[in-house]
Amino acid sequence: MSSIKQDGVLVAGHRACPGCGAILALRYALNALGRNVIVHVATSCMEVSIMGGGVFPRGEYPLTVPSLHTAFETSGAVVSGMDVGLKALGKRQGVNLVAIAGDGGTADIGLQTLSGAAERGHDFIYICYDNEAYMNTGNQRSGTTMLYAATTTSPVGTKKRGEQHIPLTLRKDMPAIMAAHGVPYVATASIAYPADLIKKVKKAADIRGPRYIHIHAPCPTGWGFPESKTVEMARLAVQTGSWALYEIDNGKLNVTLRLTQRKPVKEYLAPQKRFRHLNDAEIAHIQELVDRMWEERFSQ
Amino acid sequence: MSGSRAVAEAAKLSDVNVVSAYPITPQTSIVEYLSESIAKGELAAEFMQAESEFGAMSACIGASSVGARVFTATCSQGLALMHELNYVAAGLRLPIVMAVTNRQLSQPLGMWCDHSDAMGERDSGWIQIYVESCQEALDTVIQAFKIAEDKGVLLPTMVCLDGFILSHTSEPVEIPDSEAIRKYLPPYRPDADYHALMDVQKPLAAGGGCPPAFTMEFDYKKYEAQEHAKEIIRKADREFEQTFGRQYVLVEGDRCEDAQVILAGMGTMIGTAKEVADKLRKEKGWPVGVLKLRCYRPFPKEDVQRIASKAKALATVSRAVSYGIGAPVYSDLATCMSNLGQKPVLLNFIAGMGGRDITQKNIEQVFEKGMNAAETGEAAAEVEWLGLNKNLVGG
Repeated sequence: MSSIKQDGVLVAGHRACPGCGAILALRYALNALGRNVIVHVATSCMEVSIMGGGVFPRGEYPLTVPSLHTAFETSGAVVSGMDVGLKALGKRQGVNLVAIAGDGGTADIGLQTLSGAAERGHDFIYICYDNEAYMNTGNQRSGTTMLYAATTTSPVGTKKRGEQHIPLTLRKDMPAIMAAHGVPYVATASIAYPADLIKKVKKAADIRGPRYIHIHAPCPTGWGFPESKTVEMARLAVQTGSWALYEIDNGKLNVTLRLTQRKPVKEYLAPQKRFRHLNDAEIAHIQELVDRMWEERFSQ
Repeated sequence: MSGSRAVAEAAKLSDVNVVSAYPITPQTSIVEYLSESIAKGELAAEFMQAESEFGAMSACIGASSVGARVFTATCSQGLALMHELNYVAAGLRLPIVMAVTNRQLSQPLGMWCDHSDAMGERDSGWIQIYVESCQEALDTVIQAFKIAEDKGVLLPTMVCLDGFILSHTSEPVEIPDSEAIRKYLPPYRPDADYHALMDVQKPLAAGGGCPPAFTMEFDYKKYEAQEHAKEIIRKADREFEQTFGRQYVLVEGDRCEDAQVILAGMGTMIGTAKEVADKLRKEKGWPVGVLKLRCYRPFPKEDVQRIASKAKALATVSRAVSYGIGAPVYSDLATCMSNLGQKPVLLNFIAGMGGRDITQKNIEQVFEKGMNAAETGEAAAEVEWLGLNKNLVGG
């Protein structure tokens, strides 16, 4: 990654686990945004890793830009308040407000404040890093946990076989929900495609209004794969089509990575402990949902 | 004008930068007046109607964190929904001012006055001031910004006014001159040296994780700030009096100097109590007085002791219940008397729950029971519910 300029916004001293996908997502995104930002970090792995336990007051603080943590479900509303506050003081120009939250803080507990902020049209960038469960508290299922995935609160037993939600979707579709708010920019990204990720973040930085970027960030601890395979796992998610890379720019869909041929989804599921219990029918069901998503949402 | 209007006028006079709120009865007229003032250009501020009270307080925190002077208002379920963030605001030491039009908490559902809502936030670190009149509501909101923003305090402040009883009652109110208010309350200019200020020129982190080795010290500093706030509240009040001729103090003793029986309470019940005390002194010659607890957090322990410790009976009338023990205001008064050698008999009354009127007759009962206690030296009951319909509760 020598071609990626590192601006030193998120530097050494964080406490993310070895092989953490989320910290890569934040490093790429924050370094791309530069120093004229104010960051609000919702309760999450990243809050704990960059603002959390054991950091204070030893000066090993890895964020070099102003940063605030308030609570779990507050991100959308706090950046809304910062937006109107700066506006009222005549200091709004030249500062990007950045809300960072995990999938639980976004799709579950923080959905209401995010929806309010988007609908009112505040000027902020929202970055959701998605590791598909509450990893900070030890791998409990969230609204973006993939169908059938085993977590500590969607375990596999004789009565239940992992994550069970409405069986027509792989996961709660946050980017679509945000696009439905009519916001000017929505994008998905993956830590396995940093050039694409950085391009989207930089593009978002120059747009005004609510902007939403959803970054797929595998978690070796929660998903059950070796720490050295994080990027590989993220790449497989994209190559099998179970995570799509696209942007919705001013309402217009643009698939930023269109594969000539998608790998079978089994190649992504098989190396992960959370899918080890899957039978052929369940794998076929996931494959069907992936195929249908591409056909209905992303076919030209 | 109404109490709500008085509160809105005060926020306007305070030149607030941001108002973020969510509508709830009986708070709505406050934010309606402010929205209108902003829409008409009378107040140069941003109004943000949040998606919930939770969002409203979150936005207040966000706006205050970038240095704005911030006002909000709520009550009841709305205040309860803010609960988590009220601790965050106090912990981050952000000088947000909030009007609370006190209203009961569900269930049963009702929109009438009692103090249950604000009592739920009693220990959050917010300053709480209870007002008795529309004029006091206006003056106190202005004072609240001066108190909250003081470098030695930096605590969010609630101004509590009885829902409907005060928020929707019209009284003559004098609106202070805006230039004189600007002199009394200059624009808020926070500095990153003492304010959790989000400024790209001076990056700092606020609100992150804190290990056990440091957390208690943060709590202690908040406690110390509450203690120190007493002096700052007195100072803000004195300075206000110098320019505007009105003073409210932390605790007001009405005919308490020679009183053998004192009724202590908060909010609009005080007006009724003063009238009844006056009548009883004239008609029956009873040595009775009224103690108005204006400042509830910080609790003005020394003032209460000075005013009430020589009485023979001290009767607390609370518009809130502490289930399983009695009433919060009673417990606080008892705490404050606990180490005194000479102290009055303490009587514990619960009244006016869910909008039940606190009548002159109720107050007379309190004084009568107080007179009995003064004579016998003991309380007839541990806790008494005034105006309770015994037919409805059985037993």
